[in-house]
Amino acid sequence: MTKRVIEASHAIAIGAKLTRPDVIPMYPITPQTHVVEDLAQFINNGEMKCAMIDVESEHSAASAFLGSIAAGSRTFTATSSQGLLLMYEVLPIVSGMRLPGVMAVANRAVSAPISIWNDHSDAVSARDQGWIQLWVESSQEALDTVIQGVKISEDKGVMLPLMVCFDGFTLSHVFEQVDVPDQKTVDKFLPKFSLKHKLDIKNPKTFGPIGFPNSYMYFKKQQQDAMITSLDVIKKVNKDFKKSFGRSYGSGLLDLYKMGDADYAVLGMGTLCGTARVTIDKLRKQGKKVGMIKVRSLRPFPEKELQVAVKNLKALAVIDRHISLGQEGPLVTDVRSAIYCNDLTVNGYIAGLGGMDITVKLFEKVFSDLEKGKQNGSWLFD
Amino acid sequence: MVLKEIRLHGRGGQGAVTSTQVLAIAAFYDGMYSQAFPNFGVERTGAPVESYVRIDKKPINLRQHVYDPDYVIVLDSSLLDTVDVTSGMQKDGIIIVNTDKTEAELKKKLPGFNVHAIDITKIALEVIGKPFVNVAALGAFCALSKDVSLKALDKAIDELFTARGKAAIAQLNKKAAKAVADKCK
Amino acid sequence: MKKKKQNFEQGAVVTKPGSSKNYHTGDWRVFRPIIDQSKCIKCYQCWQVCPDAAIRIDKKTERVEIDYDYCKGCLICVKQCPVKCIAKEVEKK
Repeated sequence: MTKRVIEASHAIAIGAKLTRPDVIPMYPITPQTHVVEDLAQFINNGEMKCAMIDVESEHSAASAFLGSIAAGSRTFTATSSQGLLLMYEVLPIVSGMRLPGVMAVANRAVSAPISIWNDHSDAVSARDQGWIQLWVESSQEALDTVIQGVKISEDKGVMLPLMVCFDGFTLSHVFEQVDVPDQKTVDKFLPKFSLKHKLDIKNPKTFGPIGFPNSYMYFKKQQQDAMITSLDVIKKVNKDFKKSFGRSYGSGLLDLYKMGDADYAVLGMGTLCGTARVTIDKLRKQGKKVGMIKVRSLRPFPEKELQVAVKNLKALAVIDRHISLGQEGPLVTDVRSAIYCNDLTVNGYIAGLGGMDITVKLFEKVFSDLEKGKQNGSWLFD
Repeated sequence: MVLKEIRLHGRGGQGAVTSTQVLAIAAFYDGMYSQAFPNFGVERTGAPVESYVRIDKKPINLRQHVYDPDYVIVLDSSLLDTVDVTSGMQKDGIIIVNTDKTEAELKKKLPGFNVHAIDITKIALEVIGKPFVNVAALGAFCALSKDVSLKALDKAIDELFTARGKAAIAQLNKKAAKAVADKCK
Repeated sequence: MKKKKQNFEQGAVVTKPGSSKNYHTGDWRVFRPIIDQSKCIKCYQCWQVCPDAAIRIDKKTERVEIDYDYCKGCLICVKQCPVKCIAKEVEKK
């Protein structure tokens, strides 16, 4: 392992390189651009052997991603915002065909108005398309999760595509210390890429056939079963990762911070969790019993683990960096549905849309709301 | 050492972002944790840009922008008229300004602050032959703050510019940074 | 309707190709096209227009033949033939 100060996008590119992909279809979009630029550089320098496909749109990137996996190649790609939305049509096809592969998503707001800045609208709105979604907080976690992601995605009981979601700009453009794993350790950690069925002209098979009303639902049930299986696989891979690399991220599904004796807690995803940690350290010094739950796995959603995590809380605040317009933040909906038996006050807050900063001050306001017994969340403007 | 926050003001194209990246790498070579990140606005040459650095001996979890900097570096003194560079600053905080004005003139403009006026452009033109002030300005930061050593700065300049295929510029930048640091003693 | 036992392969992959060959689409034909080989000029227009690729060319004789297993009796070949050498008959079942 080598410690270096690098950009999070570079860390993601290194993570991808270490997993030895055969094919990378790429189409650049802010703020994901540095990831694909760095990968192109690696290939150009001869640091990695990999076919790079320069496609003409994200729809083509996703299609090439699908095709190359089906042909039996480990494949990586990355996108963001409108790019992910353009891929949308292909997303459920990749998962429905049970093709394993990792895509990094530099989370960015969606238009209109045009925004290149961070929120979670892009990936969260794609949560129902059958992809596993892991959300990361730091550059180190971003790199490590790409490696973990390949192992989870290719697990024989899972066989589902996986998104590594990292905050655009707020993380993608941050330079910070990263411990870069050795190629040897990664090679040992990852299996060889293999599929039960692949595209092969010598042994032809039909991929993506019609699912009649008497069969379609059975295939969806299989996907749901695979998602449920992946709950344990994500946990196991996170544990195994610790054995090989000395690091892990909570249980793999949730990452709890000072929750042991906490009365009040915030729950969220991505970089905002780092700022929440700092706030909690500050409030703990004032004698307040506060904690944080980081949701690392949005899909599959760790219902049972969450029920245990919130057991002793008096109130919980959920911070959504996305709004399901006409309803509320999707994360708070998921949390309420998971823990409704716990009889707990859950306030939903909308924050950080389109790059608005999420600050220590905002978290202090949220914790003070909870202490005062407020029963409603709000929109947090900085 | 407790958490130190640095805010760099520059204009699009001046290399403010690169500069903070160099500083973050330098702090790492001095055995500290660091974080550098830009606050991108309109990505247009000449537009005012801000870029930030955090340095601490502990890992840094904080992900918000820098609001209360301990240090401010201003790469272009014309920004003093358009941007409040002292925003959120502590009274004893250090402000480093690249200017051809005297310190006394500058203190009138920024009363109550620990202001240092250095003509970095002049030094850059002498040493590099071009007005590249972004990395040279870090020499002043090292000399005045003592939070990051010049030795670590040299190493960081080498690493970043060599990685970008600009080894020749690295040598000149190191010389310029040293010259600026000497001027601050 | 009785439920057929189905095999739900992961990702809905059909592991044995060519399953459409098992459907003899000629079974429900009403009209049968018949080629008068003595009048045929081997222009192969019928072969070109057949929507089911049920007309083949014999490599040795260079004559066209109709595969009645898959000919649906659409009679596009009858309409297309420039020398009117394809006749139609009502299929006896």
